[in-house]
Amino acid sequence: MAETQDVRMRQKKARLIFQAIAKDWRLYVLLMPMVIWFAIWMYKPMGGLLIAFKRFDPSLGVLLSEFKGIDNFINMINGVVKEEFWQAFRNTFIISSYSLVFGFPVPIILALLFSELNHEGIRKITQTITYLPHFLSEVTITGIVLMLVYNGVHSAGVITTLFINQGWIEPNASIIQQANYFRPLYIITGIWKESGYNSIVYYAAIMGISPALYEALKVDGGNKFQEIRYVTIPCMAPTLIIMVIMRIGRMLSIGYERVLLLYNTNIYVTADVLSTFEQRIGIISGNYGIGSASSLFNSLIAFALVIGANTISRNISKTSLW
Amino acid sequence: MERLNKSEIAFKAFAYLIVIAFALMALYPLLYAFSVSISGKLAYESQSIILLPKDITLTAYKMVLYDKGFWISYTNTLFYTVLGTMWSMAISLTGAYALQSVHLLFRRQLNFLLVLTMWFSAGMIPMYLNYKQLGIDNRWGMIIAFGVQAYNIILLRNYFSSIPKEIQEAAIVDGCHEFQLFFNIFIPMSKASIATVTLFYAITRWNGYYWSRILIANSFEQPLQVYLRQLIENYQKLYDESSVVLDYSADSLAYAIIVCSIIPVMVVYPFIQKYFTRGVNLGGIKG
Repeated sequence: MAETQDVRMRQKKARLIFQAIAKDWRLYVLLMPMVIWFAIWMYKPMGGLLIAFKRFDPSLGVLLSEFKGIDNFINMINGVVKEEFWQAFRNTFIISSYSLVFGFPVPIILALLFSELNHEGIRKITQTITYLPHFLSEVTITGIVLMLVYNGVHSAGVITTLFINQGWIEPNASIIQQANYFRPLYIITGIWKESGYNSIVYYAAIMGISPALYEALKVDGGNKFQEIRYVTIPCMAPTLIIMVIMRIGRMLSIGYERVLLLYNTNIYVTADVLSTFEQRIGIISGNYGIGSASSLFNSLIAFALVIGANTISRNISKTSLW
Repeated sequence: MERLNKSEIAFKAFAYLIVIAFALMALYPLLYAFSVSISGKLAYESQSIILLPKDITLTAYKMVLYDKGFWISYTNTLFYTVLGTMWSMAISLTGAYALQSVHLLFRRQLNFLLVLTMWFSAGMIPMYLNYKQLGIDNRWGMIIAFGVQAYNIILLRNYFSSIPKEIQEAAIVDGCHEFQLFFNIFIPMSKASIATVTLFYAITRWNGYYWSRILIANSFEQPLQVYLRQLIENYQKLYDESSVVLDYSADSLAYAIIVCSIIPVMVVYPFIQKYFTRGVNLGGIKG
């Protein structure tokens, strides 16, 4: 009895859904291109992550390839490529942390300073200039950076020349070829390219603060630094927290394009990160099993980091992404 | 005029100083690149160019502009940018419209699946194999398989949601169906947001590099960025192989190539800049 009722309920529900779709069919026609696009190009490859657990044979496809459990993972962390993997793993965290520490505050400070400029012309011009590098391609930006710092037979880049003349580096040093220069180079390039643009969102947050709060503090005799400490920063907190969460979520996927364009075989020691390791093992060397294992590892840690950061911030500050 | 106290005046002066210094530093590499690209060989190799060009010559540009590969890749990039942006916009606009509609079944779930792609992706290798499997190795493939971003759809969706419900209801009473609502009400009312997202997509397409380099089989279909990178990697060789004695240095050639690739962005940038800043502050990032 209960079963037939259940079936009948389900049929009724299906009929209702069908009727709703038939009534608004135009809406679903509009929805379809997006659904299909995301299904094919975003969700279908997620099924491809199964390769991480298989000995992938392109002629058999993902599903029919031989199941190997976690062999690929063990090979990745403890096989022939283990040194490369751990090196990339370490570099990823070091570079991410450095860019968080050095790169994250710059746009905030910039926004704070922009908000102080009363002269609208100067503010607009400086904002326009600092946003500009964001819109240039990684190829262009890294191209210019490489030219500025290289040290060649006929000539040297203007920055290398400056550093040599000032005695900061050896006359025959090469910033591009020596591992110890890579991280600063990468982080400064990032600051140049993105801090102006990233300041936009903070600037908007500062502009949204009610002037009454500043007035009140002034009446109480507060100076500029107390103003920043007690009004500006607390009012910006939600924006700051959201940006930190997003930043942490992207920690592992640090701009592989930029690394790829800036590094070379001589400086893998400091420059190789998980995503460049992954593309070298997977795409260049064709080891899809380990490559996918690395992809899955990457995606899962990144996802866990976002969820973790989001949960922590929801609990302590009531601000969260979702 | 309000009175400023001492700490405020000091801070303002400091702000002007730092901001202007930062802007100059941001601009310097670009100005320097331009200066070297039009400078003579002797001036450059004697390290005497700091900011302004010396012994001005345009022959480096001549070499770039007479290069067939440069024009082929330039045309390709235009093709990718124009058609790719249209493709991305068509999918994003219709999708954003559907996602904001209260009549849509499973609306919450669909929105969740969209936002999820911002935080979890299959990763490079599975995506690569997917592109390979589906035969993405030519111009059309690059247009179809790339360039739709959840973030941009959410931006449009949020803007669509802010269009007053009364207007929609009035239109429905007048006998408008969903297509008419979409084309005659939503699109005309969201011109500014549409302009912003179009520009986001166009810039992404113009700057695209990695996947084109990996996937496109025929070098005649490579976009400008890939060609540019190959020139940057090989300019010394290209320069050394030249049959005549050149009056500019190899570096000038490299800089000339870089300058040529950014001219279109620099030309439109001042006009479109305000749309970008608006876009960032528009719907926000919340799902």
